[in-house]
Amino acid sequence: MTIWQIIIVASIAVLGLKLLGYLVPQSLVSKPTPTRVTSLLTVALLSALIIVQTLGAGRGIAVDARVPALLVAAGLLALRAPFIVVIAGAAVTAALIRAFV
Amino acid sequence: MSSAARDPERAAAIRASWAVGIAVSAYGISFGALAVTAGLTIWQTCVLSLVMFSGGSQFAVIGILASGGTAAGGAAIVSAALLGTRNSLYGLRVAPLIGGPWPRKALAAHWTIDETTAVSTAQPTLKSQRTGFWFTGAIIYIGWNLTTLAGALIGNLLGDVSRYGLDAAAAAAFLGLLWPRLKQLQPVVVAVGAAVVAAVLVPFVPAGIPVLAAALVAVVVGVTNWFGSPAADLAESAPDPMGSDSRGSGE
Repeated sequence: MTIWQIIIVASIAVLGLKLLGYLVPQSLVSKPTPTRVTSLLTVALLSALIIVQTLGAGRGIAVDARVPALLVAAGLLALRAPFIVVIAGAAVTAALIRAFV
Repeated sequence: MSSAARDPERAAAIRASWAVGIAVSAYGISFGALAVTAGLTIWQTCVLSLVMFSGGSQFAVIGILASGGTAAGGAAIVSAALLGTRNSLYGLRVAPLIGGPWPRKALAAHWTIDETTAVSTAQPTLKSQRTGFWFTGAIIYIGWNLTTLAGALIGNLLGDVSRYGLDAAAAAAFLGLLWPRLKQLQPVVVAVGAAVVAAVLVPFVPAGIPVLAAALVAVVVGVTNWFGSPAADLAESAPDPMGSDSRGSGE
């Protein structure tokens, strides 16, 4: 697959899922199990993506400046900082560690 | 409530829309910069924000392409789609608020994301819910696409953005999306389980597969309802992008 094909197929899939929510009859999906699985899917994928993004290094694991950066982000979230402050705090932490360590 | 002229509820909805919209749009910069670093062109980056328009799915695509290249394309597509299933749920909640003909509903569907759902469902009246939805949608759609373009241009100039910590910013973005969902035991168990599965698999399987394998944790726990509380339902799965009261009245 080319990057263009990946982008177009993935975009259409995500857009199609949004439309699905407006097309499916309410009664069909208001059952607890599909609702629960969908919510938990989001949690599992985000959690796995955090790990891959923080520890992944090609086909291996590396502990580097990204780990303290993520801890700073968690601290800022716990303090209820705005989203953009959390993102910037993590970036600045990683950049400073790479510049000076 | 008696003063129809000023409609304070509608004004509050508009304030919330701006607060959420500006904050979310700002991090489109990091998306744009990371996307070009992952090997996308500026055009490809912009198409993702214009057509896919769902932050979690977009970051998943570029994160997996960055580590696995086009060989991981299948995993990138499936991850984006699985993350996108929550938008279907939001659609179910928001659709009854959106009246009008099909073109309007189709646009509403395109704009049905974490933030529009959170702002609109936090408003007290039908009218202010609609206002919150459309204002948040328009502000984020325009803002997110402009900052994506700006970020892609900056990323092209900067080259290796890891020097500026933008790779860590992506992890922080995922954490920011995850954080408000960890209010009950069951999602915390799933988050920990998924993290362990992903970490264990990364060295042994191709890029993208650890994320998909971690999704199985959600399916198993969700179907069996391990660690479930009977009160967990749709109402509590609503996201909260500000990490606090999204009505935006503030101090």
